[in-house]
Amino acid sequence: MPNSKSTEFINGAKATIPLIIGAIPFGIIFGTLAEPSGLSILGAMAMSLFVFAGSSQFIAIGLMASGVGPLVIIATTFVVNLRHLLYATALVDKVSHLSQGWRAVLSFGLTDESFAAVNSRYLGRTDTAHAHWFFLGSIVAMYSNWQLCTWLGIGLGELFPDMTHWGLDFAMSVTFLGIIIPYLRNKPMWLAVISAAAFALMLRELPNQLGLMIAALSGICIGYASQRIELRIQVTKATTKASKEHNT
Amino acid sequence: MNEALMIAGMALTTFFVRYIMFAMAGRIRFPAWLNQSLTFVPPVVLMAIIAPLVLMPKGVLDLSFSNPYFWAALAAAGVGFWRQHLLTTIVVGMVSFVVFKGIIG
Repeated sequence: MPNSKSTEFINGAKATIPLIIGAIPFGIIFGTLAEPSGLSILGAMAMSLFVFAGSSQFIAIGLMASGVGPLVIIATTFVVNLRHLLYATALVDKVSHLSQGWRAVLSFGLTDESFAAVNSRYLGRTDTAHAHWFFLGSIVAMYSNWQLCTWLGIGLGELFPDMTHWGLDFAMSVTFLGIIIPYLRNKPMWLAVISAAAFALMLRELPNQLGLMIAALSGICIGYASQRIELRIQVTKATTKASKEHNT
Repeated sequence: MNEALMIAGMALTTFFVRYIMFAMAGRIRFPAWLNQSLTFVPPVVLMAIIAPLVLMPKGVLDLSFSNPYFWAALAAAGVGFWRQHLLTTIVVGMVSFVVFKGIIG
């Protein structure tokens, strides 16, 4: 028997708690950094309410602080958030029976954190009749926490102007690190991630987050290429083995 | 005004990227090579974002004891591979960051 809607909703919120803990300092630091970066209090709140994408909000205020124009910031948002296209691709078969309204709401909340929680809910399970309530629970938990933390960060930033030096930004790094680790299960993935890191470090000085984009693209190409090579080696091995057996 | 337009642009862009696949609900199919490449996107983009933050917090590569970001990330990664548990990884990472930063001063 499938779980009830409310059980699914609560389970979805619960499954997202570990990720929310990582998002708390991250949201607070976004709030505190907004004003020194040149974003108004209203703008910071609006960004969290309507954009709802931690890493690109973070990058946006970083770019604003270095005087980059709005068009470049929007283009960067696009590139940084392209990974969400993949999240949606991975989940689309699970939501295709839902109404367009449901799908719009669920996609609005398709953050790294909710994807991580929701994907493992669907993985290898057949009792998914009400699993979109799990999805919604995860989003509501993540979203309300994000608003609360942004607001808290704005307030704390006013009280303690030197908070920006506390290093709370590490919360984002460690949350992302935690999301990356389960992917590292084979050589092509390791190669892709390590080369992306190397390129990102080398190209850090490039303007407009160009380094980030080149690093990501290079990592993907290297990962894909090494996957093809690995596959070809396996095929060659298998055919030589088969032909040897055939000859003897 | 400029700020409002920028936020609207970011919101629309983000929503578009997240919604397009759900909106089309299976009517878009990518070729196999693109699908395979896409599997690398999340860890690769996330790593490209955090690598400079962790390894170059002051703008130059810093793997010395005076870089708490690096040591805390190392501790978090160690625990992450060992326990394979997200909450443990995040908490260990944040606690060790505070500890390392405290030691370094």
